[in-house]
Amino acid sequence: MGLNTIWVYAEAEGDAPSSLTLELLTKARELGEDVAAVVGGDGAAIAGALGAYGASTVYATGDLGDALPGGAAASAVIAMIEGGNTPDAILFGQTYEGRDAAARLSVKLDQPVLTNNTDVSVDGDTLVVQTPAFGGTQTVHTAFRNDGVKLAMFRPKSFEASESGGGAAEVVVVGVPEAGSAGLARVTARHAEVTSGPKLDEAAIVVSGGRGLGSADKYAMVEELAASLGAAPGASRAIVDAGWVPYSYQVGQTGKVVKPSVYIACGISGATQHLVGMKGAKHIIAINKDSEAPIFGIADLGIIGDVHKVMPSLIEALKSR
Amino acid sequence: MLDRHTVCLMKVAVCVKQIPDPALPGELDPSTNTLKRDDKLILDESDSYGVELALQLVEAAGGGSVTLVSMVPRSEVSGLRTALAMGADDAVLVSDDALAGCDALGTAKVLAAALARTEPDLVLAGVESSDGYTGTVPAQIAACMDLPAVTFAKKIEIADGAMQIERQTEDGYDDVTCPLPALVSVTAGVVEPRYPSFKGIMAAKKKPVDEVTCADLGIDPGTVGAAGSRQEIVNVVDAEAREAGEIVEDEGDGFERIVDFLSELKVI
Ligand SMILES: Cc1cc2nc3c(=O)[nH]c(=O)nc-3n(C[C@H](O)[C@H](O)[C@H](O)COP(=O)(O)OP(=O)(O)OC[C@H]3O[C@@H](n4cnc5c(N)ncnc54)[C@H](O)[C@@H]3O)c2cc1C
Repeated sequence: MGLNTIWVYAEAEGDAPSSLTLELLTKARELGEDVAAVVGGDGAAIAGALGAYGASTVYATGDLGDALPGGAAASAVIAMIEGGNTPDAILFGQTYEGRDAAARLSVKLDQPVLTNNTDVSVDGDTLVVQTPAFGGTQTVHTAFRNDGVKLAMFRPKSFEASESGGGAAEVVVVGVPEAGSAGLARVTARHAEVTSGPKLDEAAIVVSGGRGLGSADKYAMVEELAASLGAAPGASRAIVDAGWVPYSYQVGQTGKVVKPSVYIACGISGATQHLVGMKGAKHIIAINKDSEAPIFGIADLGIIGDVHKVMPSLIEALKSR
Repeated sequence: MLDRHTVCLMKVAVCVKQIPDPALPGELDPSTNTLKRDDKLILDESDSYGVELALQLVEAAGGGSVTLVSMVPRSEVSGLRTALAMGADDAVLVSDDALAGCDALGTAKVLAAALARTEPDLVLAGVESSDGYTGTVPAQIAACMDLPAVTFAKKIEIADGAMQIERQTEDGYDDVTCPLPALVSVTAGVVEPRYPSFKGIMAAKKKPVDEVTCADLGIDPGTVGAAGSRQEIVNVVDAEAREAGEIVEDEGDGFERIVDFLSELKVI
């Protein structure tokens, strides 16, 4: 038995597929005979890269204008399935658009969607996904028991992307049927925060700050330490919610998943929702004044101390090297 | 004198989940592999933002109502009372043994049916629950109700029957416009939830809670709950634990330990 056709909901970052998309394509090759990508937007621009990571076909809606892409892509997929082109499974990234697309498909196809997965395997003619639970201390294996399409969402960095050696994918433009009320929301402007230095989810070193910094202006210490190490600055949700730094800095369950070589947590308690975003770091350093802070449970080097003392000396020492 | 334009200008329904206190460690029931839920339930903090925002939007509209919709085992209301104490007007509570083991899709079907009874102009929900965090239920509800969905909103303003929304993106935010009726899921921090006042807590005890079952909602119990979930937990295993590291007290030399560690790793 086994599965034949696996589709990956592909997302672009600028003019290239997102790294999460490439991770999913790489895994999809293991699961099925044929892998295709579904793009809400212009597919031609990224078909080369999608092909190189294993997609034989790219189903693309073409420019979606000011529509929200997740819902529009879902409409296109539903139309393909109604027309008889049905995959065995569709893999999504646990992203904004991925959630929107998977949620809509799940309702319109009346199929369950399994979320927050970090691994998947074929078992007979179905899929078994793995999901971390209880702060990542346990892994739950869940099998799809539905007859139709298996919809599964994956966290970033669950798989390592590698090229398949394949050529460019064939681009098939698919129509987006009128999405009805779902299509009424419109994007009127896009705002991207300009950041300098390495990207948070790609940096080799990440320095993150939390509520233990005490006040918004003290986040400058995190930025300075990050700059002196060529690192990306990150944050816990507590200080994002407090408005100290933009959301794009957030590491964790509802933020970015990072897997740097070194992660330095400054004044962060180590709540499970933060840990799931950074536990994959090779080395973890934590500075916290509370010896009982959970972050010390996963730190390779933990300094029980005051960030206002340790961080300035550390910045000084690194500068003078 | 009552101006008729201020009567029910804005009907907002808010999805709220009542969950076990996240501060208490969760546990799987080994016989069913579902989460144990024996303790008293509380209002999911992630939903308090939707409740607060609903109150503010109704106030800004000059009048209206805020109705809570919650699906819960054993007719629990303790978390609902918190949200009623914040100022919500009434609640619809869905409780039915057939709903045990409900997955995200089943939950959305049930909530959508309950929400439809309230005929809302706007449905608000948290982006994800603190204990289940699938992050799909709000958009699934919208699809069930055939409403437009704008997820991950960090700001909402309403004027002339349309919403202006700032929607979170990977690297910033989008301005989105959407007509009513619609569903919006809101991030934590979108507004600062108020604390219930003593007066609010007293008033909440008398606010109406309409309790309904699957049958009341016209839902076939076989399509929801464990029966409708079409998935099976086949195994739960311990994850690989990280090895314990070296934890030292800072005695003025903490920064040196970090410098040494970093140079051993050859990153400086
Ligand atoms: C559904 C959901 C999703 C979530 N998603 C995320 C997410 O994506 N990312 C995330 O980070 N969180 C997330 N959270 C929130 C998470 O539960 C925690 O509330 C948050 O991570 C706490 O941030 P913090 O560690 O900065 O603050 P706190 O928990 O308040 O910790 C501050 C720490 O600083 C220490 N400290 C205080 N003063 C000093 C000092 N002078 N020097 C040194 N240390 C000091 C304290 O000992 C404490 O350990 C989520 C929560 C929920 C419910």
